[in-house]
Amino acid sequence: MLVNEVINAKDLPVMEFDGIIVGGGGAGMRASLQLAESGLNTAVISKVFPTRSHTVSAQGGITCAIQSDDPDDDWRWHMFDTVKGSDYIGDQEAIEYMCSEGPKAVFELEHMGLPFSRTEEGRIYQRPFGGQSKDYGKGGQATRTCAAADRTGHSLLHTLYQANLKAGTNFLNEWFAVDLVLNTDDAVVGVIAFKIETGEIYYIKSKATVLATGGAGRIYSSTTNALINSGDGIGMALRAGMPVQDIEMWQFHPTGIHGAGTLVTEGCRGEGGYLLNKDGERFMERYAPNAKDLASRDVVARSMALEILEGRGCGPNADHIFLRLDHLGPEVVHKRLPGITELSKTFAGVDPAVQPIPVVPTCHYMMGGIPTNINGQVISVENGEDKIVDGLFAAGEVACVSVHGGNRLGGNSLLDLVVFGRAAGLYIEESMKQGVEMKNASVDDIDKALERLNKLNASTQGEQVSILKEKMQQNMQNNFGVFRRGDLMEKGIEELSHTRDEVDNMFLQDKSATFNTARIEALEMQNLFEVAEATAITANERKESRGAHARDDHPERDDDNWLKHSIYYAETKEVSKRDVNYRPKTVQAFQPMVRSY
Amino acid sequence: MSAAAIPVEQIKTITMSIYRYDPTVDEKPYMQDLVVEIPTDKDIMVLDALHLAKQQEPSLSYRRSCREGVCGSDGMNINGKNGLACVTPLSEVLKRNKITLRPMPGLPVVRDLIVDMKQFFDQLEKVKPYLITKSDSPDIERKQTPEDREELDGLYECILCGCCSTSCPSFWWNPDKFLGPAALLQSWRFIADTRDEATEERLDDLEDAFSLYRCHGIMNCVSVCPKGLNPTEAISNIRNKLLTREKN
Repeated sequence: MLVNEVINAKDLPVMEFDGIIVGGGGAGMRASLQLAESGLNTAVISKVFPTRSHTVSAQGGITCAIQSDDPDDDWRWHMFDTVKGSDYIGDQEAIEYMCSEGPKAVFELEHMGLPFSRTEEGRIYQRPFGGQSKDYGKGGQATRTCAAADRTGHSLLHTLYQANLKAGTNFLNEWFAVDLVLNTDDAVVGVIAFKIETGEIYYIKSKATVLATGGAGRIYSSTTNALINSGDGIGMALRAGMPVQDIEMWQFHPTGIHGAGTLVTEGCRGEGGYLLNKDGERFMERYAPNAKDLASRDVVARSMALEILEGRGCGPNADHIFLRLDHLGPEVVHKRLPGITELSKTFAGVDPAVQPIPVVPTCHYMMGGIPTNINGQVISVENGEDKIVDGLFAAGEVACVSVHGGNRLGGNSLLDLVVFGRAAGLYIEESMKQGVEMKNASVDDIDKALERLNKLNASTQGEQVSILKEKMQQNMQNNFGVFRRGDLMEKGIEELSHTRDEVDNMFLQDKSATFNTARIEALEMQNLFEVAEATAITANERKESRGAHARDDHPERDDDNWLKHSIYYAETKEVSKRDVNYRPKTVQAFQPMVRSY
Repeated sequence: MSAAAIPVEQIKTITMSIYRYDPTVDEKPYMQDLVVEIPTDKDIMVLDALHLAKQQEPSLSYRRSCREGVCGSDGMNINGKNGLACVTPLSEVLKRNKITLRPMPGLPVVRDLIVDMKQFFDQLEKVKPYLITKSDSPDIERKQTPEDREELDGLYECILCGCCSTSCPSFWWNPDKFLGPAALLQSWRFIADTRDEATEERLDDLEDAFSLYRCHGIMNCVSVCPKGLNPTEAISNIRNKLLTREKN
């Protein structure tokens, strides 16, 4: 059966696995490794060859209190920083779990062969990153981010792929997952997926389905994200009636290369680099007198945006900021930041050992996502009560467990994806040992999951994908960026509602079954659109400023009304609130404070 | 970026001559000349030009992901030389306003610029591209000196794009027997890693007439590697290791 035919559930071939993981990035491959090593029949469904996943682009490192740089470092200090960084809507039980389990997960990666940079003592090299402190914010800057030069994500992703090869994981590489299959008991019983090369389509049935599809930064026109970051897991979850949480929280990374959007790691500032405005002023000293250039990302991004708005940007159009590294000397720049040197030369035409890099805040990371508990189990919210979705898990950027809350700290995304990819794997492994039965889906259940694909294949007219994508990206960029305002957001939502009809009825001209990238892009566009709409509606609803969500019309944090997660369902397009977890197991909860750096 | 958004005075047209083949539609491959409007106010990459071409011709197929030279998706043959489209500035390869794009040579074409990489990855898997240890892992990380770690520089950065192996005549002739530069670079990456405890078996696996010894030092791999790596040197390091082993 091919993807370009009229597809009926009753004719659809079936593949069966104990566990399937949708997404071959860091979270997915950490989960699959756990399952494959435990002998379960596991498959990774990845739309690209796994080492092409976006984890590969992570640069600066993985933050974790492994006590290499500082033998007295404490995971509780890391927890404090992360809670503060989240602007107090990160779930403390999850943050506690991540920070305390982190060292184990990082050492495991090293044992698998990750080529970390080293200290003179032969231990893993750590560098300072933004928002890090010793002694609960009282002991000055910490040095906690474990690094493999400035190619930590690349090293991590390749290491996990290698470990999975060793463990014998089944890889369905260049397969595209279209939608979740839900049975009438509301259990997730696998996915519809097709092999991109040939167009062969299957119902892939499983006892456990893990979404590890990463982020969706491509809803914005300027992003550090790979072209494949289209929020496929979010789209699948929303269409299947699951909620998303805190989806309005988007991180703008302070240093995307001006014009190209490619990332320049925070590790540049960790190694001693700093930002300059057109007057040559180190302006971060004004905005964050203590942490300066190593304040939290939301703080630095806003400060940069203000400098530009107030006319102190660099360049002929006064539209960017300079990141200076040349004072570090070519030795440090080339040894510690070789990837940045390469990227700066390619995309900005500058050698950072000599000239400053032109940078600008750029969409980088989706803090929100599919709500889960610390075992990766997806949660739906019914009448204000959490309910576990049977058979469905999520980990990594697609999930909102929530360790990042309103703002993620640098180096915490790699930690999040290994810790919670591993946690989901461990939980599934354990529950399979206890015995999980394979649940069935009816023909109707499967047909429902095929609707979207069949509609696209039947299209004979409608708008082109590239035009719709540009329209959506411009809208998100202009109306839901670093600074937000109610009237602009309402205008943006109105525009999106028109685009919605066009996206639901777009035209797929190329109907070929063979490596049809036009079909993939169309399906991705529908996923992106779900994320954009959820972001827009939720952002407008959160009437306060917190973390990365900064509103000119509601400039203050409102703990009385919004010390809460937002929950959004696509079916009703309504936003509700969910309590933030303030119940860590081994330490006292950190209470909200004024957040200054 | 769409052509429509660019002011007229900042547009010029170029010809992109692109290898086209969809086995379900075309009897045989052909070259299609697409006239594409590109901006003149800034230099764009070959991949950006391909996106513009795809807007007029949505059926045009190629792989891409990170668009910054780290994921290895968009290896292709650009004016006769393998490279990554996303980090190749158009200005460097445009000749008389024309550029020619073909799939990487030596592997079966799936469609347009997309090749079947199975052979490439099969060869990679043969070198056991993962750390093999026999001793117990410590509770913390295994120690490694900065000097020992430096041995991995120039090796671990490989992005598996396939530019090297598909530019290697030895790989074209014997893609099933000669492992090719990419796989051999990975082999050396693990032999060179002081943490790895399987050097002998790794060397044993390479000791036949084809796996390693079909490298004739042509060095196409070095000249095309988009990451500036040197597989030929890695191969000669393995040869030396094999030779010194025989002497002992």
